[in-house]
Amino acid sequence: MKRAPTHSYPGINLGERHASAHKATEVVTFGFWVFLMSDLVYFGLMFAIYITMIDAQAGGPGPHELFDLHSIFAQTLILLTSSLTVGLAMLALKYNLPRVRIVFWFAVTLVLGLSFLVLEVRDFMAMAEKGGVPQRSGFLSAFFGLVPLHGLHVAAGCLWLIVLGIQLRVMGMTDRIKSRVVRLALFWHFLDLIWIGIITIVYFGGLAYG
Amino acid sequence: MITQDQGFFGRLTWDSFPVAALIRHPGTNEIVANAAAAVVVVGVVVVVALLSWFRLWGPLWRDWLTSADHKKIGIMYVVFAVVMLARGVLEGVVMRAQQAAGPGDGFLAAEHFAELFSTHGTIMIFFVAVPFVFGIANYVVPLMIGARDVAFPVMNQISLGLTVSAGMMLMVSLVVGEFSTGGWTAYPPYTGAAFNPGVGPDYWIWAIVVSGIGTTLTGINFAVTIYKLRAPGMTFMRLPMYCWTIICSSILIVFAMPPLGVAALLLAADRYLDFHFFTNDLGGNMMNYANLFWLFGHPEVYLLVLPAYGIYSEVFATFSAKRLYGYNSLVIATMSIAILSFTVWLHHFFTMGQSALINAVFGIATMLIAIPTGVKVYDWMATLWRGRIRFSVPMLYGLAFLMLFVIGGLSGVILANPTVDYQVHNTLFLVAHFHNVLLPGVLFGLLAAYNYWFPKAFGFRLNEGWGRVSVALWTLGFMLTFLPLYFVGLLGMPRRSFSWEDPDFHPYMIVALIGALVVLGALLSVLVQLWVSIRDRDRTRVPAGDPWDGRTLEWSIPAPPPAYNFAIIPRVSDRDEFAAAKEGGAAYPSPAAYEDIDIPRNTGIGFILCVLSGVWMFALVWWIWWLAILASVLIILAIIFWSFDSSTELTIPAEEVRKAHEAWLEQVRQAPAIDRDDETTSRNRGLARPDLEPAT
Repeated sequence: MKRAPTHSYPGINLGERHASAHKATEVVTFGFWVFLMSDLVYFGLMFAIYITMIDAQAGGPGPHELFDLHSIFAQTLILLTSSLTVGLAMLALKYNLPRVRIVFWFAVTLVLGLSFLVLEVRDFMAMAEKGGVPQRSGFLSAFFGLVPLHGLHVAAGCLWLIVLGIQLRVMGMTDRIKSRVVRLALFWHFLDLIWIGIITIVYFGGLAYG
Repeated sequence: MITQDQGFFGRLTWDSFPVAALIRHPGTNEIVANAAAAVVVVGVVVVVALLSWFRLWGPLWRDWLTSADHKKIGIMYVVFAVVMLARGVLEGVVMRAQQAAGPGDGFLAAEHFAELFSTHGTIMIFFVAVPFVFGIANYVVPLMIGARDVAFPVMNQISLGLTVSAGMMLMVSLVVGEFSTGGWTAYPPYTGAAFNPGVGPDYWIWAIVVSGIGTTLTGINFAVTIYKLRAPGMTFMRLPMYCWTIICSSILIVFAMPPLGVAALLLAADRYLDFHFFTNDLGGNMMNYANLFWLFGHPEVYLLVLPAYGIYSEVFATFSAKRLYGYNSLVIATMSIAILSFTVWLHHFFTMGQSALINAVFGIATMLIAIPTGVKVYDWMATLWRGRIRFSVPMLYGLAFLMLFVIGGLSGVILANPTVDYQVHNTLFLVAHFHNVLLPGVLFGLLAAYNYWFPKAFGFRLNEGWGRVSVALWTLGFMLTFLPLYFVGLLGMPRRSFSWEDPDFHPYMIVALIGALVVLGALLSVLVQLWVSIRDRDRTRVPAGDPWDGRTLEWSIPAPPPAYNFAIIPRVSDRDEFAAAKEGGAAYPSPAAYEDIDIPRNTGIGFILCVLSGVWMFALVWWIWWLAILASVLIILAIIFWSFDSSTELTIPAEEVRKAHEAWLEQVRQAPAIDRDDETTSRNRGLARPDLEPAT
């Protein structure tokens, strides 16, 4: 006998507790995975550009003068923690916990996301003070083409958290809203994944080879 | 790089309009430029006047612009593509006239000629081929797989909106400012701020970015639609060949559009923010651009031609009254081409400094593509073999394709050899090659699709006689225009030259101009065919929906189909489901029960994003920063506002479905079953008589 599939897409599924929402979420979540693949190609290419331009410093400041690993360590901890908290929001949805739990974990994620952005912008300003502006060299152009692109994604994720938090209150736990929580969680984990690439290739790789 | 102080309208001044140049120093060049601008302005005025005169604004808004129905979106894509095709063809004729004007400088300024080949390429690829291919796919794919719509109907509408607004930027560039002179590839550093501070490259960049987003969304939409919305029983190996090519094409889009977006946005960063990705100084590297562009550019040509292969597969099978030969090998060949297309991009710049080894690897990879393509050609010929062939219009396009496309493919294999490429690169030989694959390949396929599925979409057949005239004119026009270019290319004439001196080129240029005029005639014949067909529509109606004795599911429903496509979602048990049903006497079943059907409700979001993205692009091109920020904020707000809308579906009650469906079944019973020999006569009401003696 063929078992009914309970796992209809990669990642945490809503499961049988949400019969209609689970069904409605399948197609749109699959589509969102395809979108993430496409977005991943953007980042992959920006990583490739960065790698080809590590040496293109044109006499300007390089990774050793500009990168502050203490701040990067703090940003990494914050962003990884936010992946945990958005995961907890997702689990709260899956196990039908009170809606306020989802909103709470959304709020924690939002605070972490914004803190990450504040630290990142502070880093950029410190770099600029040392002459590390994108107009200075091909290397810096590649850095500022890639890292702020990730930051922009985090900012978009924060906006999404706010809008969806409001919709959770205004529109209630409809199938559509549940499916959006699933996708927002996927998006947020995706940002973490990219960040792992950034610390490895941009920061560590830059310091090792630049 | 932004240098000077800007006024309220950025760098937009009176001198930005080509009229200013005409008044200051009138000449042939200025007259041609202003005539083009006048065509745009007069065109807009005429359309607005006609819509107002016939009071069509309301219906246009309710039935079309706000519709999320894949069938209407498909038709709008095709209409847009044909409008852009008219401009692209006219530009081609002007370029041919310039080069035929004899040794010397012709009648156009060098910059104007460069603008022409840049817009011609950009338009033909991004605003003719892509929207035409996906217009047809929009219409046909859900019908073929037994679905009620695409996976994301509203996103589909947004894709259309973004494609159209980007295309409109090319029209605006005729009236305000000028377009890029950097070709459709827009290579920096020539298109960088140092060499090209004007608005031209900026028009190119933003049109490419916005249409690229639209196309990416389309790719996601169709990949998901075919993966997830197939009718029960339609396994992947029962998927019609056309849908296989669309899924390959969608996968190509998902992976190949990002490199284009990256290339264009990094070029924008160089131009607007003084970055150094592709500049000559401070560590910029132009080769990154060449690699990014062709990482997109090569898959792009396959994402255009694969759907055309799919169309030919359907056409050859239907009009030979046979099952498609070698289905499995065609599926494998299609997938192989899709994958190989990502491994050959470097052959677009063999001469730009790689080692001989790298050139050899990419040369061999390029030649490999000829293998799956050859498999396809043989499969198609084997489909024709011993078929009961009718030489109707789509079949004629298919036959012209088979013969001409092989020439284009072989000249591609010649070019794939790096040592030969060193001799002929950047000559008209290359221009002849890619027109040889794009016209008989993509365009003939799309015209075949237009003739083939038109009766499904509008309920009446296109005029057969004028269809044949247009096949003849396209074929003849293509051969006269582009085959001489092979020869003149081998003689050494560089492409994109507004001026040339060698008198040996002249005869070829004259023939090519005559050919271009024939192509213009071919375009006109398509319009005449449409007009004649609409005039005679009462004699060619096919309400029963199956005018060609079709084989796949789209022919099993009324023509035109109802908004919900299928009254009852079919169960599929055969690759040629409808042909099998007809043979088994099981076509046109009367369902025992009907259900309520949900269809997507109308929404204005696609139109709103179309307008706002247009304003956003215009503001960025002209450095009107306040307007660019305003448009960005409004775009974000519009999307958020739309996301609060919870009633996106409209329910059609079962009773209404039953009435419509039973009325149609009655029409089918009344219609005379016609033999295939009669299918171009007025007896054809769209009910085919199953063949007593099937073709072998």
